[in-house]
Amino acid sequence: MSIKKVNPEQPKTFEFNEKTKNIAQEILKKYPEKNKKSAVMPFLYLAQKQNNNWIPLAAIKYISKYLSMPYISVYEVATFYSMFNLSPVGKYFIQVCTTTPCMIRGADKIVKVCKEKISDKENQISKNGECSWTEVECLGACVNAPMMQINNDYYEDLDEKSTAKIIDSIFKDKLLKPGSYRGRKNTSPENVKTINGTEHA
Amino acid sequence: MVQNMLKKENKIFQNLYNNLGWEIDKAIERDDWKDTKEIISKGKEWIINEVKTSELRGRGGAGFSTGMKWSFAPKKIGSRPHYLVINADESEPGTCKDRDILRFEPQKLIEGCLIAGYATGAHVCYIYIRGEYSFEGQRLQDAIDQAYKRNFLGENACGSGWDFDVHIHYGAGAYICGEETALLESIEGNKGQPRLKPPFPALVGLYGCPTIVNNVETIAVVPTILRRGGKWFASLGRPKNTGTKIFCISGNVNSPCNVEEEMGIPLKELINNYAGGVVGGWDNLQAVIPGGSSMPLLPKKICETIKMDFDSLIENKSGLGTAGIVVINKDQDIVSCMARIARFYKHESCGQCTPCREGSGWMWRILNRATKGETTLSDIDLLEDVTKQIEGHTICAFGEGSAWPVQGLLRHFRKEVDKKCSNDPLIKKKKDVPYLIDQHLLEKKNA
Repeated sequence: MSIKKVNPEQPKTFEFNEKTKNIAQEILKKYPEKNKKSAVMPFLYLAQKQNNNWIPLAAIKYISKYLSMPYISVYEVATFYSMFNLSPVGKYFIQVCTTTPCMIRGADKIVKVCKEKISDKENQISKNGECSWTEVECLGACVNAPMMQINNDYYEDLDEKSTAKIIDSIFKDKLLKPGSYRGRKNTSPENVKTINGTEHA
Repeated sequence: MVQNMLKKENKIFQNLYNNLGWEIDKAIERDDWKDTKEIISKGKEWIINEVKTSELRGRGGAGFSTGMKWSFAPKKIGSRPHYLVINADESEPGTCKDRDILRFEPQKLIEGCLIAGYATGAHVCYIYIRGEYSFEGQRLQDAIDQAYKRNFLGENACGSGWDFDVHIHYGAGAYICGEETALLESIEGNKGQPRLKPPFPALVGLYGCPTIVNNVETIAVVPTILRRGGKWFASLGRPKNTGTKIFCISGNVNSPCNVEEEMGIPLKELINNYAGGVVGGWDNLQAVIPGGSSMPLLPKKICETIKMDFDSLIENKSGLGTAGIVVINKDQDIVSCMARIARFYKHESCGQCTPCREGSGWMWRILNRATKGETTLSDIDLLEDVTKQIEGHTICAFGEGSAWPVQGLLRHFRKEVDKKCSNDPLIKKKKDVPYLIDQHLLEKKNA
């Protein structure tokens, strides 16, 4: 289970804006009417998106009323899943995978670069307030290890140099493109183009 | 020379690396959605029998017969609707096959959903994607929209007379939601904690209704099986371990990759031919985790000859799992590799059953101390005991999943672990270690 810290400073009120409300109505249509509770996770995502990538307690209250659920059930869900942030994170939120397949390909070096460039501790927002980083468990791109996720995008096949370059691009507010940083195509094998004379694409 | 290589015409996922384009018109060129209407018109029984003939086994890890699973759904739809749920919560360390299907072969999955939905009597399908795959989810949503536009989904889907809707539901970073009942809890809007079985989801599943839960890869191969015949699929691989499988080869290899191959291909061939060999040469190989982190690792001696399929791996006290192969060479410290896996399980335990919640922490702490050389020999016996206390005493298979890798380590690498235990018992050294339970005995006034 992950440790969740609820931010000490909380906004007093929270409400979906018009655009979010429309998306919320669309989401509710996916589930049977009597099971609208199913929408709690998509709604928490919506709240998180609207509120600079973190969920205030007021939003949990708002969602519980919206879906006629007890407050505690929504709180339970918000604290159980690791992707719901209950305290502010940087505008660029970096998650470095350090589970074994990434670890044996040098994820610790990526972590080191993050420590040097962003902040000493995990979840600490960098001096210019733009960026924070954290170690996470397997992100499901093991073939492209080591890798990290910045907001929604995967940056793959990293080393110290490319990581430093990506973080520098964040500080200039011009984030580099996601994908492989060794120039290979998705999960295809490098250097092993043909086997028995036939391309195995 | 390579002997067992899968022939190009037998490859199911031709666009695994996106060389051909993922869009629906490109997918149709690759024979997706071909004769779907005719396949469905042959009826439920024909579909299920054909899948049974193919001997397709679930690709999510357990390897249960897919045709059998589908036949468990009630034949007639009663007062409760049926549901189809696709498990795309790919979180097992070492595995990244479903990601490529979602990104590059989404139409195979969607077509499979329609056929599976029809065969099990479901009008609604939920695809549960892990939250981190937001790009992949967006891509799948685009593919679903394209399919709706061509009337392959929706009312009278593909002209079959069957109404069928597909929805995406995102997870939010919980490994345990890959367990089918936890996944259902999560869709229902609860925290993802597994349910007791029985009743099995086929009878009491999502919202208390009959539900079939299948892995992405399982469903995505179904349309091709039905087009080419169950016998064709059964002719690939080995008896009872038929067909092709996407293997993910990661870790200390020269060119890590995903590759589709026949079941039963020797592991050595897979690593040498596709992944460019072990870093430092084959002799530098230390161990291989054959099927995602939950499966016990294999030492080099077994890797020489092992065939990659369900039954051969079970014979060697491991398992095919998700076919996520993690290669570990001799430059790595095997104990710290497994300690990191133990940390993963400690982090991801859902906290419902005490043996798993507490035991996964115990295993991590002992292994972590072992990597630093702070353990005594009796600690390792304790570790072995803890794994036995977890295994078989939990609601879901997560308990086994966390205990097996450690048991594998102790079974094959006991010598390496023991080498780390050079410490005398801490009590003798009077070393101030905060996690030592008998800490108070160290202080004279308490003794």
